[in-house]
Amino acid sequence: MHKSPDSNIVNLNATETNNGKRRPTPASNKNEKAPANQFDLVELGCTISGKVILQNINISLKPHGISAIMGFNGAGKSMLLKLIHGIATPTNGHVRWNQQVPTREHRLNQAMVFQKPVLLRRSVKANIDFVIKQRKHRDPLNRNALLAMVGLVDKATQAARLLSGGEQQRLALARALACKPSVLFLDEATASLDSASAAIIEDIVERESRAGTKIIMVTHDAAQAARLSDEVIFMHGGTVVEHSNSQSFFTTPSSAPAKAYLEGRLYNPNR
Amino acid sequence: MQESATSLALTLISTADPDLLEIIGLSLRVSLSAVGLSLCAGLVLGATLAIARFPGRQAVNILVNASMSMPPVVVGLLVYLALSRSGPLGWLGLLYTPSAMIIAQTLLITPLIAALSRQVIEDLYLEYADQFTSLQLTTVEKIKALLWDARYSLSTVALAGLGRALSEVGAVIIVGGNIEHLTRVMTTAIALETSKGNLALALALGAILLTLALLINALLSSINVSAKRYAYA
Repeated sequence: MHKSPDSNIVNLNATETNNGKRRPTPASNKNEKAPANQFDLVELGCTISGKVILQNINISLKPHGISAIMGFNGAGKSMLLKLIHGIATPTNGHVRWNQQVPTREHRLNQAMVFQKPVLLRRSVKANIDFVIKQRKHRDPLNRNALLAMVGLVDKATQAARLLSGGEQQRLALARALACKPSVLFLDEATASLDSASAAIIEDIVERESRAGTKIIMVTHDAAQAARLSDEVIFMHGGTVVEHSNSQSFFTTPSSAPAKAYLEGRLYNPNR
Repeated sequence: MQESATSLALTLISTADPDLLEIIGLSLRVSLSAVGLSLCAGLVLGATLAIARFPGRQAVNILVNASMSMPPVVVGLLVYLALSRSGPLGWLGLLYTPSAMIIAQTLLITPLIAALSRQVIEDLYLEYADQFTSLQLTTVEKIKALLWDARYSLSTVALAGLGRALSEVGAVIIVGGNIEHLTRVMTTAIALETSKGNLALALALGAILLTLALLINALLSSINVSAKRYAYA
């Protein structure tokens, strides 16, 4: 059994090399036998108070593995994630999940972790129990197993809001996993965490992906996207300007905004 | 004169005068019952207004907020008209009973609890909304979760309601009639005894009312402090 950087965290699947560096997960590691989670975004658009946030998005995500949504600030990444998950409603087009427009019942198989963890004003274990109770008819995961997975067993009775930022995010992830989601959405879930806490989250995400959970994540961290993702959706100006597999995106980006992004400079179309 | 009234008041309190205890007991029974009923209606109304989006919601909010400042005598008058022998609920025979006083105070406090709890719950819901949508909670599940998580702030709302009920005089004197050994509560007794010049009993009741107000405020503070300390607020 491998121990993650936080020695309290049980990690059943080692994903580090001998020298401790994390390696990109090969496509062959992905659980292709898991149920497919095919998302088709059709003419998707969103306008808020007259301002166009997203427009003309027509893509199909890979049914397995990890999809990373990247782009500059204000590109519309988080809004796209919210539209796919159904938190926000599109003003144009629609999202299809396995050839169907998802209903509430379908969405019960999805979960999301936000950049700023939204924790209930309760204890750590009560935060998990809340979801377990809500999903009791859906055979949710065991609370203690989840807390062990994220290394929070010894803080089970503590107030959730007294945890550190990294611990709060791990709890938010554990609560999301309590839903036994077949699709997990992550909105910059490691953005405000230190590298050790981010590595813990990444380990869990990677493991879930290998177990067959489809992951769709927004990230600003190109190295993280390179490590984890199978495909990249790059957004600019409220639309998708590049959608390719991860390897080709990071080696030979085809769009000028993506090139600028990977080179760490602002994109100026007039230059 | 005032000195002797004060010493008489202290005697009444220290000897646990039966009349005094009866008045205090009825006051607490009426006000606590009214607060309990108001919480049942007001919290559900407040939570619903906090999370529901429907046409005219803003108008309902304004109406509920305006009802907070409804004059107690007007509420008392309306309840009196409803419960009087010729009124629509006259057949119940509740006028000049503690039940009529509870009804009047409930009507008076419910808008206060609804308006204050709506604000508390709406603030919390702004924080939780996306997470709740992600978890696909039903409206009932959302309301239950919000009421539980806002419990400390809502206990403050409940105590504010209790404070208003205990100190209210206009409505209960109209529908209760201030009948000795039946509907006489602290505030109506103070008004009556003062008008009669019996300042000892009025002072004793006033002192107890003040003590209750202090206790309620102390309880409010300790709830808020402990809730913040344990990060549940």
